[in-house]
Amino acid sequence: MTNILDVAHLTVTFENVEPLHDLSFSVARGASLAVIGPNGAGKTVLFRAIIGAIPHGGAVHWAEDVRIGYVPQKLDLDRDVPITARDFLGTQKTLAAVSDADISDALKRVGISAEVTKTPIGTLSGGQFQRLLIAFALLGKPNVLLLDELTAGVDEPGQRQLNELVANLQRDHGLTVLFISHELSVVYQYANNVLCLGRGMAHIGAPKVILTPDLLREIYGAPVDYHIHEH
Amino acid sequence: MTIEGLLLSIAMAAAAGLVGCFAVMRRMALAGDALSHVALPGIGIAIALGIHPLVGAATALFFGAVLVWGLEGQARAATETIVGVVFSVALAIGSMLASGEQLIDALFGGAGVLRPAEVVFGVAASCVVVAFVLTQKNKLVVMLVSSEVARTAGISVRLLDFLYLETFSLTIALGLRYLGALLMGALIIIPAATAKQLARSLNGMLIVATVIALIATLAGSALASHLHRESGPFIVTAAGAIFLLSLLYRRR
Repeated sequence: MTNILDVAHLTVTFENVEPLHDLSFSVARGASLAVIGPNGAGKTVLFRAIIGAIPHGGAVHWAEDVRIGYVPQKLDLDRDVPITARDFLGTQKTLAAVSDADISDALKRVGISAEVTKTPIGTLSGGQFQRLLIAFALLGKPNVLLLDELTAGVDEPGQRQLNELVANLQRDHGLTVLFISHELSVVYQYANNVLCLGRGMAHIGAPKVILTPDLLREIYGAPVDYHIHEH
Repeated sequence: MTIEGLLLSIAMAAAAGLVGCFAVMRRMALAGDALSHVALPGIGIAIALGIHPLVGAATALFFGAVLVWGLEGQARAATETIVGVVFSVALAIGSMLASGEQLIDALFGGAGVLRPAEVVFGVAASCVVVAFVLTQKNKLVVMLVSSEVARTAGISVRLLDFLYLETFSLTIALGLRYLGALLMGALIIIPAATAKQLARSLNGMLIVATVIALIATLAGSALASHLHRESGPFIVTAAGAIFLLSLLYRRR
């Protein structure tokens, strides 16, 4: 299987802090890579570096045909701006040359009703907003999805539905998924590989192989409790 | 008001209303206001060199936008402080270079006879601003939501940001003749802030902001003309009154 992403010796420096140091890993096409680690470990910095949004050392090499859909955790937006969901998705008509039918199709796939698209995006619930961001990403016909804590601030049933939605999209479209998560049970369930960042260290491997209590204690600096959903 | 004056004020109001929507949504109301101050040293230098003040103001605004853009690109978070300091100093330098009536005209706009070149510059610059906002609004919206999403959607985020700031500067430049550096910032921000309260969609906001800027400009100019006073303060007061009414409307 060919790689869609190769990262070699990635280093990011802010003033005197170095959130990422000499990080190397690869992601196979169609795979699912989870990125975990305590707050401040550099997970979002890693995502921003690999899309070229912040300066970095080392090499980030994407496959030539890569099209990335990004779902951020933190938005730059005021919640009271009068931009509707339809305004936001409509921007893809010029950016990605999609039609109204494509937009309706994307909305159906992520489970957003037409009625909801008429309301300002600031009034959407956390789960609806994440679905909207996924719909926007899908309209760009991506082959890679970068999800930064997709389910943060979403209630438990909503989290399950979002995780299932991504798994279904990945299966139906052969997507490669990189996702940041704090939920170890989700990592076990959905990831082929997991990249653990923290305390200046980085470990990558299959979750069942590398997520040992000792490694988690080393990365998080404290014992970590978790349970695995068996499905 | 002459036909040329009417044409120029309509063009200026349309540009201010449109460009202001994104300034308000980008939370750069205060940075934009500070940026407008940089026109003053430009005007002072232009008067000292014997060239048209508008040329000096436009040049200074161009480099002011470059400075804001450069600061935004830095990882350090002290942008607001630096913008506040640099542009307040610009206001002081401008006051040193210009004096008396020149300074009052630069700050609050002056009447006098419009030259054909001023009308041509004003209308042409307004067309550029309106065309930029209408053709780039989709990219600007995505950048508002998330610069990472914009980047992965193929938008050159830094370039678009630069072009927006320069468009904003150009809008201030084209209002200098009527409103002056201080009041033009207000005509950009107040109608857009009002539209943000009232509108329920992006196009709604763009239309409402433009209409309010037009109403404020025409009503303010008419009242000022009736009272034989400068139009700038009346235009901005009219815009402020509409903003206050919109707050009452929202409360209902």
